Amino acid sequence: MIIWAGDNIISALGLTSEANYKAVKAGTSGIALHNATSIAEPFQASLINREQLDDTFNQHFHSHTNTYTTLEKAAILSAHTAATTANIDISSPDALFILSTTKGNIHLLDTPDQTYDPRKLHLWHTAQLIAKHFNNTNEPITISNACISGLCAQITAIRELSDGRYTTAVVIGIDLLSRFIISGFQSLKALSPKPCQPFDDNRSGLNLGEAAATIIYRKTTQPPNTHITLVNGSITNDANHISGPSRTAEGSYAALTNILQQTNHNNIAFINAHGTATPYNDRMEAIAITRAKLNNTPVNSLKGNFGHTLGAAGILESIISTHALTDNTILPTHNFTRGENEYPLNIPTKTQHSTEPYCIKMMSGFGGCNAALLFKKNTHNGTIH
Amino acid sequence: MELYINQYSYISPKHTHPTVTTAGEGLTPLYRAIGIDYPKFFKMDNLAKLGFLAAELLLQQNKRNLNTRKDIATICFNRSSSLDTDRLYQTTINPENNYPSPSLFVYTLPNILTAEIAIRNKFTGETSTYITPSLNPETIVRTVRQTLNNTNGNTAITGWTEYADDTHEAFMMLINKQHNSNTTTPFTPEQVNKLIIHLRKQTNNK
Repeated sequence: MIIWAGDNIISALGLTSEANYKAVKAGTSGIALHNATSIAEPFQASLINREQLDDTFNQHFHSHTNTYTTLEKAAILSAHTAATTANIDISSPDALFILSTTKGNIHLLDTPDQTYDPRKLHLWHTAQLIAKHFNNTNEPITISNACISGLCAQITAIRELSDGRYTTAVVIGIDLLSRFIISGFQSLKALSPKPCQPFDDNRSGLNLGEAAATIIYRKTTQPPNTHITLVNGSITNDANHISGPSRTAEGSYAALTNILQQTNHNNIAFINAHGTATPYNDRMEAIAITRAKLNNTPVNSLKGNFGHTLGAAGILESIISTHALTDNTILPTHNFTRGENEYPLNIPTKTQHSTEPYCIKMMSGFGGCNAALLFKKNTHNGTIH
Repeated sequence: MELYINQYSYISPKHTHPTVTTAGEGLTPLYRAIGIDYPKFFKMDNLAKLGFLAAELLLQQNKRNLNTRKDIATICFNRSSSLDTDRLYQTTINPENNYPSPSLFVYTLPNILTAEIAIRNKFTGETSTYITPSLNPETIVRTVRQTLNNTNGNTAITGWTEYADDTHEAFMMLINKQHNSNTTTPFTPEQVNKLIIHLRKQTNNK
């Protein structure tokens, strides 16, 4: 069987999954107002502490410091921490690296010094560099499917492991913010001047965020007593518009129904939505959830804690959600007070207790793409084989 | 599971398959020569135009047969992601010219190309974009096979769509569980490799 074997998150809220989960449970947000001389307006965002990242990276890998970009360092440190915490050898020929990113080292286009290795702008090169750091010689897989990349990467991991060529998949999600990305979202008028309020009636747009996050999936015949499995995953397209979500939530609804064919709705502890806090996205998700008859199931969004971390979001939010599932906890949505009347959802404002075994992670992105994953918490008493 | 290549198309600056006579070089003359009326084409970036036209060439003969479109997957591979448009967008945010273009920014995602194909053909199945250092038949075959296996799908549109450094190449295939009456080409790395070598040779001979 294929199980979730380890994970890590590097974000404004800390450099380990535990630190990040604890911070979210305590109601902490990494979002703050930032000013950059190169960017026209101040912006709300959740940024990785560069100094802390560099220090920690240097403690682990002194010799490589000068050759890696910050993005590469964050990805390497995240994979390294996930592997060492779970005690897994990711240099093994049985291990496959899968990278989820939307823009990789795109900030290099904006540097006055254009002497960098031009391959660094290529996403496949970033993936190769990370794998090579761990002396892993297998050709890595790179997925760039806008905001749903992190969920696609996990689905790919399960497919590859089922295929039998590999026993371990190291799934890394990363994106950092630069003028390129921030100016783009500003030009789309998608950014909120305030800390974002997912699903709130007063929501006024998204905040961006930075993260590197890693999940390690593994084939095993001896799973630990309590473990998470990715039971089902689905990717769909609205075939409707390149940047606007479907008014009927067609693709998102289809992804939800695809993953829930064999699961009783009452066994779902919660749905972790994309919940970007843009008027359109959250409305579309509310329609999808309502159409799938899940409107009584608790729904949350983590964007108020981390902002939208782009290619890392699907990995990061799956990690926080499965930690909550294991912890029998439903997390509230940061900054949510009152929802819309038209498509009412069950959005907790305080931490709740649930022992139900399933949770859903859903996302949608530019290009009309949608994805949904169904996770299960498996608990055995260890005596039955 | 047996899979077949039931149709393929190819576009490079010098050569297309099937052969199309165009009035000039580039993607716009090719669009005009194909004889379709789809004004959205002119809003697309170069990568999306290239993939869109390759899909049009691929599906022209098959349009009517693709009536179970729900499960049709669109899976694209390329080397340079959207870097061509990324560079263009970057020029709109340079300090001397700070007017970021939202319409250009949307195309700084490589998967918009799969969306354009899905929208045009109403394909609501899986859309995915993988970035690989070069056209790798083995990776393409494995990925498509895994996708159809895991989604119980019958059909995939897949291939290579690279637009970079003022050159371009698109190679697309229509993959089915059933073979049609004209061809029984199995969808294997060897066959894909043979096809691409043949198509590139035809280009070089021009």
